[in-house]
Amino acid sequence: MNKIISSIAFCLLFITILSSCQQEKKLPFYGERHAETVKDAAGVEKIDTVYQTIPNWSFLNQDSIVTTNKATDGKVYVADFFFTSCTTICPTMHRNLMTVYNEFKTNPDVMFVSHTIDFKYDRPYVLKKYAQKLGVDGAKWQFLYGSKDSVYTLAEKNYLVAVGEDSTAKDGYIHQGYLVLVDKDRRIRGAYDGTKEDQVEQLKKDIPVLLAEYKK
Amino acid sequence: MRKYIINSIFLLSIVAIIVSCQNQETIDLQNYMSNGKDIYKAKCQNCHGENGEGLGQLAPPLTDSVFLKTNKNRLACIIKNGANETFTIHGKEYKEKMPAFPELADIDVAQVMVFVTNSFGNKQGFVPYTQVSTQLQNCK
Repeated sequence: MNKIISSIAFCLLFITILSSCQQEKKLPFYGERHAETVKDAAGVEKIDTVYQTIPNWSFLNQDSIVTTNKATDGKVYVADFFFTSCTTICPTMHRNLMTVYNEFKTNPDVMFVSHTIDFKYDRPYVLKKYAQKLGVDGAKWQFLYGSKDSVYTLAEKNYLVAVGEDSTAKDGYIHQGYLVLVDKDRRIRGAYDGTKEDQVEQLKKDIPVLLAEYKK
Repeated sequence: MRKYIINSIFLLSIVAIIVSCQNQETIDLQNYMSNGKDIYKAKCQNCHGENGEGLGQLAPPLTDSVFLKTNKNRLACIIKNGANETFTIHGKEYKEKMPAFPELADIDVAQVMVFVTNSFGNKQGFVPYTQVSTQLQNCK
């Protein structure tokens, strides 16, 4: 009898240990990183990892209003690069991103930011018309217009998405269809191919994981 | 027993002959449908959607059988040369430009047209490649 009780107790103990071993899922950090000596609140020096962050930005949105990083500060957001006259990957990207948008529509901590790479044609009023026709209304999804230099640098240096003009391409521009997930501290935490449904599904699963990191 | 086996083989072969005797048009239709689907996926699906549902007000759905029927003779030209006019589909206006697809050969246009007009709830039947070719020569 004693033997049975002790073996049951042992099993229970084992299960408890196993389950407590489970680490909470965290998303990876993208981009460059370096170690830095920082002082914590108590003034004790320690070494910490500093990750790549998105710098300050300022663009015109679809309502011709100057919009800066203040709009996304303190929020988790999804960024992508597109242009309105694109007939290749952009419609698929935004069709898929629409499903993410609809899922997180009521969550005030989530935002969407689409940068146009067509600095010649995609003026704010063109972006506004595009957004309306796509079925997006309001400030939750920002469509941003900026100079070639500012947008292209931001894309390649900071969001790690390749963009470019290409006169041989069908629509005059080439770009990657990544949906980039950025956390509340402006660090890149995920990149998903917006043309692939399974990766977009993964994005839908990862956004709550990222939000949960801040709920402690 | 032997007779029984021989008889059943004979019967089976007759059935096989009848099944394989589908008319040429049905075979062509199946052929166009399967090739047309591949072309649709490569060229059309990004805007018009996997099920022909369209994309917001940017790209019209392909489910309006009435529109497809009334514009039957123009479809080939629209597929190949694109469109820059307002279409009213399911009572809604669509004004965005449709790009041209000059890389599509006449047979490709015929196949994708047959696929679209016989999918997504449409059932217009077969249109031979020769007829599409004539339509394409008379595009406005």
